[in-house]
Amino acid sequence: MNRVQARFPWRTYERALRALTTRSAITERAHGVRVASLPMRSPSSAPPAPSSVPRLVGATVLAVVVLVVAVALSIAFGSRPIPLAAVFDAVTHPGRDDEIGLIVLGNRVPRTVVGLLAGAALGVAGAVMQGITRNPLADPSVLGINSGAALAVVAGIALFGISGTAAYLPFAFAGAGLAALLVYGIASVARRGLTPVGLALSGAVVAAALASVTTAVLVTSQSLLDQLRFWQVGALAGKDLGAAGVITVPVLVGLGIAFALGRSLNTLALGDELAASLGQRVVLVRAVGGLVTVLLAGSAVAAAGPVAFIGLAVPHAVRRLSGPDHRWTILLSAVVAPALLLVADVIGRVVAYPGELQVGIVTALIGAPVFIALVRSKAVRGL
Amino acid sequence: MTTTDRTVRRSVAGARRELVVLGAVVVVLVALVLVGLGVGDIPLAPGQVVAALVGHGDTVSDFVIGQLRGPRVAAALLVGASLGVAGGIVQSVVRNPIASPDVIGITSGASASGLTAIVLFGVSGVGLFWTVLVGALVVSVLIAGLAWRRGITGNRVVLVGIGVAAMSVSVSGWMLTSGTVQQAGTALLWLSGSLNAVDPGIVGVLAVAFVVLGVAALVQSPRLTVLTLGDEVASSLGLRPNRAKVLLLLTAVCLTAAAVATAGPVSFVALMAAPIARRLVGGGRVALGPAAAVGAVIVLASDLVAQFALPGTTLPVGVVTGVVGAPYLLWLLARSR
Repeated sequence: MNRVQARFPWRTYERALRALTTRSAITERAHGVRVASLPMRSPSSAPPAPSSVPRLVGATVLAVVVLVVAVALSIAFGSRPIPLAAVFDAVTHPGRDDEIGLIVLGNRVPRTVVGLLAGAALGVAGAVMQGITRNPLADPSVLGINSGAALAVVAGIALFGISGTAAYLPFAFAGAGLAALLVYGIASVARRGLTPVGLALSGAVVAAALASVTTAVLVTSQSLLDQLRFWQVGALAGKDLGAAGVITVPVLVGLGIAFALGRSLNTLALGDELAASLGQRVVLVRAVGGLVTVLLAGSAVAAAGPVAFIGLAVPHAVRRLSGPDHRWTILLSAVVAPALLLVADVIGRVVAYPGELQVGIVTALIGAPVFIALVRSKAVRGL
Repeated sequence: MTTTDRTVRRSVAGARRELVVLGAVVVVLVALVLVGLGVGDIPLAPGQVVAALVGHGDTVSDFVIGQLRGPRVAAALLVGASLGVAGGIVQSVVRNPIASPDVIGITSGASASGLTAIVLFGVSGVGLFWTVLVGALVVSVLIAGLAWRRGITGNRVVLVGIGVAAMSVSVSGWMLTSGTVQQAGTALLWLSGSLNAVDPGIVGVLAVAFVVLGVAALVQSPRLTVLTLGDEVASSLGLRPNRAKVLLLLTAVCLTAAAVATAGPVSFVALMAAPIARRLVGGGRVALGPAAAVGAVIVLASDLVAQFALPGTTLPVGVVTGVVGAPYLLWLLARSR
C-alpha cells in the first residue's frame, strides 16, 4: 500500500482532532461536536503515531545541512573551474575586484540567493496548494499558475517594453492570479466538482493554452525571443542581487502567511463539512491560501522564470519525514525546495559543460517522473 | 417491428446521415480550397484556379498554384485530415473526449524529437518524417507502458501523458536555448505549428502515409465502434480489446507523427475535429470520415486566417488553432467532468 495514502487521512485526522480538542472546548460546545462520538479507528488498527518532536527537529536539522551543502556547491561550481580555496577566499574577503572575485561575488552568489528565494517560494506554494485543494497533484506549474505569470510578463515586455525584475513583478502577480481564478473556476463549475483529476486536467489545459499564446508572442519578434528564450524555460543564470532584492519582501511575507496558515490547513484536511462544523471559515482559508500561492509563485516567476515541478515534488518528499502536519511540511519545504533548486542548477552547469542547461529544464526532467509516479500510485483516488 | 429491425433501420439512417454530412463538409472544403488557391498577392479568379488545376492554366497561375499555394493547401488538407482521424481514434479508444494526441503527450513527444533533429543535426524533409515517427512511437510506448493496468483506460493515461508531455516540452525548451537565435526562431516557428515553410517532398510522403493509414483506420473503424461500448461488451462480442486498442492507437500515433513532421504540432485540431464531426453526424457514431473532413476544414480555414488576419505578418497556423481550441477545451472540461 502506498505510504502517502496509508498515512495521510488518518494521521491528519488524529492530529487535527488532538489540536482542536486541546485548543477549544468553546468551539466544541458551540458546534455541538462530541469528539468521542466521531468514528475514530481503534488504536490497534490505527497507523503509528504522528512523527515525534525529536524526529521532526532531526529532520529540520538534516534539511538545513543539505541546504548549506547545496549553497556551497552552487557557489563552488561553475563553467569556469576555480579552486575551492580561491572561492573561499573571494567569499570571505569581499571587495576584491579581480576576476575570481567578480565571478564568485558578482555572478555565483547572486544566482544562489535568487535560487534560495525562488526555491523556497515554489516549494511552499506547492505545499499550500496541495493543502487548500486537498489534491496531491497540485503545484504552481501543473495548475498553470506559472504559465499565467510567464505569459503576463512576456506580454508586458512585448506591449509595454517593461524590463527588469521589479517591472516584471506586478505583471507576474496579475498573470498568476488570473490563471489561478481560471483554473479554479473551470474545475469548480465542472459537474462532479473539484476532483483531483478534474483540477489537474484543467490546470494542464490552461497551462498548454497559455504557453501557446506565449509562443505566439515570441514568434513575432526575434529580439524578444533572444531576450526571453532562456528566461521562459526557467533560469537562474545571469541574475543579479537586484532581482533578489525585489522579491525578498513578497517572498518573506508569503512564507510568513503560509506558516500561519498551517494549522488551518490541518483542519481543512478533515474535509470541508467537518472543518466547517469545527468552526473554520473554509472559504476564507482557501482564499488566503490562494493569495499566498499567487504571491509566492508570481515572485518566483518574475525572478527566475517558470520553473516547473519544484512545488510538486518537494512537499511529497518532505511529508515522508514530517508526516501530515502542514506546519512542518511547509517549514521543511521552505528549506528543502531551495536545496533541490540549487542542486538542479548545479547539475545543469555540470552536465552541459562548458555551456549550461537551464534549471527549469533540469527540474522538469526530475519532477515529471515524480508526477508520473504519483499518478501510478494509489494516492490519486478515482484512477 | 422487432428490435433488430429498428436497430438496422436506425443504423442505415445513421450511415446515410454520415454520408450527407460528409458531402456537406466536403463542399465547404472545396470552397475553402478555391479561396486558399485564389487569394494572395496575385489574386486568381475561381475560373483561373480550376483551369490551372485541370492543366489549362496560363504561366502565372500555373506557377502560383503549382509552386506557391498548391503545396501549402495540400499540406493543410492532409495535416488536418490526419489529425482529425488520429484524434477520433484516440478519444474513442480511451473513451474520453479530452484524450486527444495533443493533450496526452503524443504530439509533444513527436515535436520534441523533431526539434532535436532540426537543431542538433539539421535534419529536414523526409529525414524529419522518420525521426518524428520514431520519436512519437517511443513516447507512445512510454505513455502506454506507464499507464497500463490490465489495459489502457481512463484518466490514468491522460495524467501520465501530461507528465510525459512536460518532459518532452522541457526537451524542446532545451533545444530552443541551445542553438543560435536564428535557429531558435526557425525551431520556434516549427514548434508552434506552421505551414509557412512546408517542404514539397514531405507533402508527398504525407499523402502516401495518409492514404495507407487512412485505409487502415477505416478497416478498423467497426472495431472502434464496438470498443466504445466498453471492454466487457467488446470481449463478449468476440473482440480482444487490448489487441484492438494497441493496433488502433498505433495507427493514430503514425497519423499524428506524419502530420507533425509536415507542419509541426498544430495544436488542438486533433482535439476538436472528431467531437464536432460526431455532433454533426449524431447518434453516437464514431465517424472517422467526417472527422477527417472537419479536421481539414479547421486547418485550412485557420491557415487562411493566419495568413491574412494581420497585414504584413503570416502567423503560424498553430497559433490560430490554439486560440480557437483553448476555449473549446475549457468548455469541454467544464461541461463533461
